Amino acid sequence: MSKLLSALILALLLAGCFSLATVLQQRAPHWSRRAQSDNVLKMVFGDGRRFLADGFFRKADVSFHSGFYPTIFDQANASQDTRHLTAKEGEPEAEEHEKQMNFLGPPRDWIERFGRHFAVTTHTHLEGKNEREILPWLKVAAELDPQKIETYTVSAYWLRDLGKYKEAEAFLREGMRNNPESYEILFELGRLYSENLHEPARARNVWELALRRWSDQQAAGKKPDLRDLDLIAVFLARLEENDGHPARALELLHIAQKASPNPQALQPQIDDLKRQLAGQAPSPAPSSH
Amino acid sequence: MNTILALAGVVIMELYRRKDFYVLFVLTVLITLVMASLSFFHDTGIVRYVKEIALLLIWVSALVIAVGTTARQIHAERENRTIFPLLAKPVTRGQVIVGKFLGCWLACGLALVVFYLFFGVISGSREHYWPVLSLFQAFWLQWVMLGIVVAFVLLGSVVFAAPSSNATISFIVVFGLLLLGGHLNQVALQQPEPLRSVIYTIYFVIPHLEWYDVRDLVIYDWNRVPWVDCALATVYAGVYSALLLFGAWLVFRRKALNL
Repeated sequence: MSKLLSALILALLLAGCFSLATVLQQRAPHWSRRAQSDNVLKMVFGDGRRFLADGFFRKADVSFHSGFYPTIFDQANASQDTRHLTAKEGEPEAEEHEKQMNFLGPPRDWIERFGRHFAVTTHTHLEGKNEREILPWLKVAAELDPQKIETYTVSAYWLRDLGKYKEAEAFLREGMRNNPESYEILFELGRLYSENLHEPARARNVWELALRRWSDQQAAGKKPDLRDLDLIAVFLARLEENDGHPARALELLHIAQKASPNPQALQPQIDDLKRQLAGQAPSPAPSSH
Repeated sequence: MNTILALAGVVIMELYRRKDFYVLFVLTVLITLVMASLSFFHDTGIVRYVKEIALLLIWVSALVIAVGTTARQIHAERENRTIFPLLAKPVTRGQVIVGKFLGCWLACGLALVVFYLFFGVISGSREHYWPVLSLFQAFWLQWVMLGIVVAFVLLGSVVFAAPSSNATISFIVVFGLLLLGGHLNQVALQQPEPLRSVIYTIYFVIPHLEWYDVRDLVIYDWNRVPWVDCALATVYAGVYSALLLFGAWLVFRRKALNL
């Protein structure tokens, strides 16, 4: 009798589980697409999810350095900037980062000297498709804090580098949905269209929109990054020049020159464009949609 | 020596009779397999996050097994009053301490072997190469470190009144040593005297458990630690374990056995 009762209870529980699963299965996808205000993660973690997201983003950085990373005790010397995550060797950001990562210094005593035999003590960056190893941490960081823009741009940079263009576009579009005012994500999306998918028309539209977003933020007093304006204007100018619109390219390079930390570097390009314009009738600038 | 081995054998039998190890192992396996089944950006070649999570779980599980198993040894013998017939035989209190230590340490080693076999299979099947020596080195260093932990908890079990307080304090101390031990010299340098000297003295006195955590070397496929350094670290751990066991014996030999 008791065996029969146990079996019946078990059957009832299984039926209950199955019913619950059918109800939850329909609702669960909806939860993840909810607006930010009632996001499940926000409900569970509250504002603490941003702290967790920062932790996972840092974990991606640790992974990018194969474990060589400063602790909180070294933070005074450690890099706070994330541009090194998307900088190629020889670029100013990479050189600056190399100096910042020299945090270890000589060992202070025999314990520290001996302990270094058991720890990672060399500054390296992932290479040869191993960059993919940072992606899980970035994906989790984006889930936890959809408003952390670097997560989308860094992920998309490496997804492009790994040849995963569809995934990069999908992730950037997810970032745009969560951050409609972000010019950084639009810039990265433009690079994807221009450099990888070879769709200059879409790249132009996206970069023009990025310029407008940058201006909107400046008008709103949010102090957007001048280096980003420099990048957007330079990349868009290059595109316009290649498409045979030197007047618009010149206009953009003048914008870039105002934002660039090294305006003189752009002068030869400006002079070149001026010579081109002097030698031909000016072509009409394209409409910027 | 036979007495010590017999005492150790009883502790090892206790490990596979209790559910602690099985629960922790099944949890580690389940979490690792679920994590490994996730797909990020349709890339099947991503593996290091799985190794990282699995090794973290192995470290936490091994510490729980080491502290949990050791903390109740002496207390259970006293509570069940089995300590009296045990000491009525020609068994000294020193042999009880060493036997319990050896049993707990070997039990931890057996558990670690199972954990590392699982880890090796998971990482090898995804990475398609088998760094056996690196895994052996990681296993050995962790096991040697657990020797210090077991000796410390055994000392705690003759000092503190209850296994729960002993386990809690041991966890706090072990995690503190692992997280902060290696950085105390940096902290000391930022302090005025005499605090600087006090912190520096603590830094030199504590066992540096962080040396034995070579997870990063395994996860990121770095070269192995030189074997000479491994041997020196083993000697270092042996000295600390012996000192802690000596301390445990000093307290235990004069301790009243009634609870």
